[in-house]
Amino acid sequence: MHPGAGYLLTIGLVSGATLAYEVLLLRLFSLIQWHHFAFMVISLALLGYGVSGVFLALMRQGVSRYFPAVIMSNLLLLALSMPLCFMLAQTLPFNPAELLWDPWQLLYWLAVYLILAVPFFFAANFIGLSLYQFRRGIPTLYASDLLGAALGSVGIIALLFVIDVGQILLILPVLVLVAGLLLLTQSSIWSGRQKQAWLTAILVAGAALLLLLPASLQLNISSYKSQSQMLTLPETRVLQRESSPLGVLTVVESKQVPPRYAPGLSIVSNAELPEQLAVFTDADAMSAITAFNGDFKALRFLGQTSSALPYQLKPMEQVLVLGAGPGSDVLQALLHGATHIDAVEENPQMIKLIQNDYADFAGDLYALPQVQVHQSEARAFASETDRQYDLITMSFQSAAGASGGLYSMTENYLFTVESLQEYLQHLKPGGYISITQQTTLPPRVMPKLLATVSAALASQKLTPSQSVLLIRSWQTTTLVVKNGPVSKQEIRQLKQFSGKYNFDLAYYPGITEQEANRFHQLKLPYFYEAATALLSSDKAQFIADYKFNIEAATDNKPYFSQFFKWETLPEIMSLLDTGSIFLLESGYLLLIAALLQALVASFILLLLPLWLWRRRRKDREQAQPLHKRVLAYFFALGLAFLFIEIAFIQKFVLILHHPVYAVTTVIAGFLLAAGAGSFLSGRLKKRSPRHQVLAAVVLMTALSAVYISSYGAISGFLLAQSDFLRYLLAVLMIMPLGFCMGIPFPAAMSVLGRVHDEMIPWAWGINGFASVMSPILATLIAMEFGFRVLITVALLLYLLAVCLFPADSSTPFARKPG
Amino acid sequence: MTLTPLSSLTVVLLLMALMSPLQAQDNFKQQRQALVKEIATDLRSSDAILDASELDPRVLDALRSVPRHQFVPDKHKHQSYRNRPLPIGYGQTISQPVIVALMTNLLELKASDKVLEIGTGSGYQAAVLAELVDKVYSIEIVPELAERAAEDLKRTGYDKVITRHGDGYYGWEEQAPFDAIIVTAAADHIPPRLLKQLKPGGRMVIPVGSRFMVQHLVLVKKTQDSDILTEQLLPVKFVPLTGDH
Repeated sequence: MHPGAGYLLTIGLVSGATLAYEVLLLRLFSLIQWHHFAFMVISLALLGYGVSGVFLALMRQGVSRYFPAVIMSNLLLLALSMPLCFMLAQTLPFNPAELLWDPWQLLYWLAVYLILAVPFFFAANFIGLSLYQFRRGIPTLYASDLLGAALGSVGIIALLFVIDVGQILLILPVLVLVAGLLLLTQSSIWSGRQKQAWLTAILVAGAALLLLLPASLQLNISSYKSQSQMLTLPETRVLQRESSPLGVLTVVESKQVPPRYAPGLSIVSNAELPEQLAVFTDADAMSAITAFNGDFKALRFLGQTSSALPYQLKPMEQVLVLGAGPGSDVLQALLHGATHIDAVEENPQMIKLIQNDYADFAGDLYALPQVQVHQSEARAFASETDRQYDLITMSFQSAAGASGGLYSMTENYLFTVESLQEYLQHLKPGGYISITQQTTLPPRVMPKLLATVSAALASQKLTPSQSVLLIRSWQTTTLVVKNGPVSKQEIRQLKQFSGKYNFDLAYYPGITEQEANRFHQLKLPYFYEAATALLSSDKAQFIADYKFNIEAATDNKPYFSQFFKWETLPEIMSLLDTGSIFLLESGYLLLIAALLQALVASFILLLLPLWLWRRRRKDREQAQPLHKRVLAYFFALGLAFLFIEIAFIQKFVLILHHPVYAVTTVIAGFLLAAGAGSFLSGRLKKRSPRHQVLAAVVLMTALSAVYISSYGAISGFLLAQSDFLRYLLAVLMIMPLGFCMGIPFPAAMSVLGRVHDEMIPWAWGINGFASVMSPILATLIAMEFGFRVLITVALLLYLLAVCLFPADSSTPFARKPG
Repeated sequence: MTLTPLSSLTVVLLLMALMSPLQAQDNFKQQRQALVKEIATDLRSSDAILDASELDPRVLDALRSVPRHQFVPDKHKHQSYRNRPLPIGYGQTISQPVIVALMTNLLELKASDKVLEIGTGSGYQAAVLAELVDKVYSIEIVPELAERAAEDLKRTGYDKVITRHGDGYYGWEEQAPFDAIIVTAAADHIPPRLLKQLKPGGRMVIPVGSRFMVQHLVLVKKTQDSDILTEQLLPVKFVPLTGDH
């Protein structure tokens, strides 16, 4: 039996809605919890796919007999569970911050992702059962599954721009129900009273969803996020909320307790702070819109923060502010008389807040003749502009940096050796880069930045030890890098400024130990020691000996916030009782925890049922070697597909500039191409499946070899192109690779369909489990060894898959049991 | 009737339920002693104990006296004497006992000192301070917390803590100057007015980090000639930073 066009369309819609749901959950959990937990919860929830495979394998005959009813029930349950499971999950008192204190939290964590696995289970049942039922048409079905997912990945990004994140949770189930209607009306599987009954059920479910659920969902934002805490204050209210794939921006006003946002303000400052409105990104990471009426006296405080250091050294005319946000750094540049300021901000809604909604309050800051706003990602702007600056300034916060290593799995191309080289090239002779960050203790962010800067300076034929200034307030550290040697005059000004505002000198060319660590005393002059060593030739030894990973971040390993070192773990663990938890670079460990959870869950949910199943059927079937082969084959595919996809996402973020758009483009590109590959492999009946897979893997290897070896040249070429051309060329690069990657799965599935159909659900399930582990494993490999190794491992897995495909294609995998 | 394991369990449970509240109090007291002992031992190596190798015995006595469970919401009462922060609602926590011990110790209080606390929270820290000095003033911005803490302090006999609902940014002008100030609410910068209200020679302590994880403590010292210095201290011993060199 072949599925009709209506059926294929439904598969596409369900697959698209499910992928959109996954992206949506990630967004929702980043808002109500924290991004890293969102990542883990959602990757683990995909276990639903694996469980579905097991379920179908065990219930295969039953569900196949009642196929029409089972398929429609799954569709209905998918639609209902999408909003309900999220609502249920967010009522659990899961608080990641308590995870290390309270063992119950582990249980809540488990519960959260088990609940969220439910919709994925139904979606996977729908697709997996379809593959089983129409096993002759697997390549076509798989193609529509992939194409639907590709459209879903693009569609959700578009939706997130136009509709509030809370409302989309209602749109997706409606889409699934529409898919159901389509299926009922277009397919001949249902007829008569049965058809009527299902039509009624869908309409009732739709009506129930629309009538019973609130139009916009109430989101339970964690009470420990800074936005929630601010909202407990009297006379405090939300003025505005803007949501997009880049995050939810919330503007909060407090009449009684204004935000008082002045990071790095001198401890001896007596400046009154002007009126401010708080701006939260995903309910955290507060910044502020500062009231400005053209009177610079009110902005006096911006001359008393550690980030004001570069302005003391010489008059700055051309200033580039990277990550301008609501404009504090722009105001600071204005205060110090900059004549041209390029303010770069990637979030268009943030710009809109200052340009339109709060333009009066902010004194039309972004419309001033000195200020030019650019909606762009920081590094993209740096690579495109041909302007030269006196000062390039940025706050580390804008890169969502230092927060206990929790962002360690996030790539960050803002602070790598290559990016700093790029910034240096946009400095006039004698110009400066200034980076301010919140101080972490024991120091790790600044030492890592120093190591990265040191490597960048050396490659530009500048002497690191002669080009750097470093000062500290009680909460921040400001690093100034000069394009040229620091002069005696500049050192005098540095000392005068620091002395006046009680900022500590941590480094200048010629500093002595006695001068460091005076006002804000640390047990030892850590920053002085780190800077002196890292800017000298002792660098390598210091980095090797340091208790945290402070090796320079590069484009190949752009994990600036990865500070974890295995060697330090025992010492931290021995101090746990006395509260050393904050020393744990938990992001990395949480990744490992997630991987372990996935392994344990896969073992329990997959291998155990498989073992039981085999015991039960031992007498009837003697297909033992087959099982291992099938499982290994599909496991390898599941891992390898995502390894390559993730490696490309992470490399293309740099070329396509913006993470959200890059991720979408790459995912959609791969899925689209793989869909085409799958479709075509089904048409090529003359070629044996094994030959198809072999050819695909050989081609893939060749392509990857070219990409890996000439990545520098390719990215250099692409970066010089216009936006449109860059995206187009990137997709063209992905296409042939994705096309090949779409072949191995349906090729083997088709073979199974012909000779071993009972194995189809198992293959589907194991592939699902592999997809849970793959992103986590990929991130760990990329962090530890870089992207080249990740791609190589993926290719080896594909080669392994070829070997697992038996030599004689007439007896695929194993003999059909007699 | 023979006693089955199940029925004996029922008897035990019944007995437990009938145990007098006094016994529970005793139990809490024992747990508290054990906790203080644990803190005293653990902290021998802390970075934040200045000029001495151990906590001030008076601080330990104060921790032994204050019934922390009286400041913990019912839901978490059984965890009162675990060395961990506990949620008290409104996104706030009652601090980890070890942090309370360190912060109090850093203030180097004398009985005659006048202390200001910014962020009353549960009221526990104020009670500990009240064990050590005569005058404790405490400000809380969240009205519900301010009210609850005031009641709890009164109920537990810490009447001498004077509480107020309000914004701590401006300190407590009428009662200034203070010998010591303890800021338990996170701050982006140190409010200038607060520094002004600190006596020359006075000390201020601020925890830096999140509600559930204090990363380091900042001790602010105002010298006799009103210069401002800070010390940044880790709650644990974690030096040197470069291996064994």
